[in-house]
Amino acid sequence: MNAPVILEDRETRPTAVISAAARARRVIPIQPTSEEVALYEIRKTIHPRAVHGWFAGWRWTLVFLTQAVFYGVPWLTWNGRQAVLFDLGARKFYLFGGVFWPQDVIYLSVLLIISALSLFLFTAIAGRLWCGYACPQTVYTEIFMWIERKIEGDRLARVRLDAAPLTLDKFVIKALKHTAWFAVALWTGYTFVGYFTPIRDLGVAAITWQLGPWELFWILFYGIATYGNAGWLREQVCKYMCPYARFQSVMFDKDTLVITYDRARGEPRGGRSKAVDPRAQGLGDCVDCNICVQVCPTGIDIRKGLQYECIGCAACIDGCDQVMDKMGYPKGLIRYTTENALAQGLTPRAMWKRVFRLRTLLYGAGLMVITGVAAASLAMRNPLKVDIIRDRGALARETIPGQIENVYRLQVMNTEERARSYTISAAGLPGLALAGLEQPIELTAESTKLFALRLQAPLEPPGGVAPAAGPHKIELTVQAVDDDKVVRHEQSTFIIPR
Amino acid sequence: MSDFTSDAWGLYVALLTLISIAACAVLLFVLGRMRVKKPAPGQGIETTGHVWDGDLAEYNNPLPRWWMWLFYATIVFALVYLALYPGLGKLSGAFGWTSSGAYASEVHDFDAKIQPLYAKYLAMDPTAVAADPEARAMGERLFLNYCSQCHGSDAGGSKGFPNLRDGDWLYGGEPQMIKTSISGGRNGIMPPFGAALSGENVRDLVQYVRSLSGLPSDNLRAQLGKPLFSQNCAACHGPDGKGNQQIGAPNLTDRIWLYGSTEAAITETISKGRGDASGVTRMPAHKDLLDDGKIQMLTAYVWGLSNVR
Repeated sequence: MNAPVILEDRETRPTAVISAAARARRVIPIQPTSEEVALYEIRKTIHPRAVHGWFAGWRWTLVFLTQAVFYGVPWLTWNGRQAVLFDLGARKFYLFGGVFWPQDVIYLSVLLIISALSLFLFTAIAGRLWCGYACPQTVYTEIFMWIERKIEGDRLARVRLDAAPLTLDKFVIKALKHTAWFAVALWTGYTFVGYFTPIRDLGVAAITWQLGPWELFWILFYGIATYGNAGWLREQVCKYMCPYARFQSVMFDKDTLVITYDRARGEPRGGRSKAVDPRAQGLGDCVDCNICVQVCPTGIDIRKGLQYECIGCAACIDGCDQVMDKMGYPKGLIRYTTENALAQGLTPRAMWKRVFRLRTLLYGAGLMVITGVAAASLAMRNPLKVDIIRDRGALARETIPGQIENVYRLQVMNTEERARSYTISAAGLPGLALAGLEQPIELTAESTKLFALRLQAPLEPPGGVAPAAGPHKIELTVQAVDDDKVVRHEQSTFIIPR
Repeated sequence: MSDFTSDAWGLYVALLTLISIAACAVLLFVLGRMRVKKPAPGQGIETTGHVWDGDLAEYNNPLPRWWMWLFYATIVFALVYLALYPGLGKLSGAFGWTSSGAYASEVHDFDAKIQPLYAKYLAMDPTAVAADPEARAMGERLFLNYCSQCHGSDAGGSKGFPNLRDGDWLYGGEPQMIKTSISGGRNGIMPPFGAALSGENVRDLVQYVRSLSGLPSDNLRAQLGKPLFSQNCAACHGPDGKGNQQIGAPNLTDRIWLYGSTEAAITETISKGRGDASGVTRMPAHKDLLDDGKIQMLTAYVWGLSNVR
């Protein structure tokens, strides 16, 4: 292919297709002059061109991976129950073998910290990797654009279709697309709710029209949000709504790999025949084919440099590399590179070495430490939880002369999916003992029990020292009968009255 | 304080709210109409035209037009909201919504939901309710909520607050009596005898009272105390000291002591009496706080503490 690629329009955002009305109003000056623009603009629909290549392959790999997990996990079973279920009503989260109670909310914080640190690390290394490959907005947009392409055709066909007047054919095509979108969106909503209420029962309820009002609401809400975000809003979510998109720039430095147009190599740009030597014509490597602009899902021109709209999807790299191949030029006119690499002419090896710099090493170390601590803590998690609260109304009482009694509320929680029995003992004062409790206590699977616990201590223990009046530290031990490791020690105070 | 409850504040708040909303609308309208110069390509960067401190400019990255309509929608929403709900000064809004009304309606809904369960137990005899494990668990939760502050989580009581699990009752342990105690409350009176009796008399009385339940006592003083008891105490506590459940006078012969069995404690009880500033020991009435269903559950639970095992 040696002819210059067709140029469509040379606006700031060349991919934009302006509605007929807007086009009529638009004044295209013959000579560049200052134009008046509003603070709000009519959104210009973007028709990204399909792109294939190394990075597109990665994105599709991640689309499959993330969606296999998202759509698949609710259908797994574990020991006769749904393997992953966030049961908000019962306030219990089931994750394969583990059951998490509200008391385990610390793990949620840890998960968020790990996510945040990973985001910092990946962003410091290679910019908006998350945005470009794994973010649900990107992933669902990719899926929706694939459907759109299958039904309406690629970029040019879609541009023509949108500009054409509404005919029966156009209506059928559009209706087909929206139906397909909506089907995917509804299935997504159904899957989402399936994480919070058993998905198989939910399916039965949906088929028999017996969904609860909230189940129906959330399926529709999540489904319509998916349909709206991935079908209609697309790049606007990243440009106007996403907070991460706006603060990611503070995590960039001069050694961060970002998708960059090699201006020195590409300029001056211009069309040329494959046969001629561009240098002889005073041209750079950029053939000004606009492919990089046409494939861009946010409709920017990467040749203008790093812009806040760029989600780092690398579609322009794939597009440009194909053109470079056809022209017989080396790949990488647009590529992942760093500000320093461009400015100092670093070799790729030297550039990659700088991935290991203080910032990324610190993020990495932090990530490893907190992940390690969290994993160890999860592995050593005690399935028994115990709370003890002294009765506040009465400090102490004398039951029979010389015997002091304190009352506590003891809450024992068995978070395991099996029944357990426990023994309770108290220590800290001579002769301290439990009164009126039948041991061992039995707890059914995943249950909690509240006891009014009475502890008694003699004022004059036989052969011991009489405890002084006032508060004494005591320790209560709850011990599983069949497992030495399942044990809790809780501190409290025992009051000897004056 | 009347300065702060004046009606003028409502008017002030309403005006401020409306002016703010109007100002937002005007600002939106002006910004929606505003146009800024777009520099020719290569001639600098497009800004909003605002400049601060001489050189601080703001990039113009225009928001989509539908975003502006969202802003207008918030204004419409605010006006509709203010018309329907309280928010504009003292106006209560078309729905007449109040937080206390919402609370009352939620409580009402919940009561209606729970009613069948209580109805089942209300139809049963409290002794039968006490034998039902589910009712027992409900009763325990109610007890922990409403009774444990004074009687303790284990219903074991403490000084001045009776133990409810020892089978000894000030006002009777029949379910009907327990129910009366809970719903109507009880007012007990142990008047002070410090003025009526000399110190010697009180000391003699203390020894006699201790001897009634077989506690170690001074025999001679106990003998002297006996006629004093007949004169001063027997009217309530009975000639034999076994108490009177009609008026809540404790049995003094059973080694169960509400205020302590030591000589000092009994001395204090006799000479100063027991009770609050008005000389009354109160078990508060709960009939306004708890409905019949809850009182039934609590009656059964408390009765069960010393009768069901």
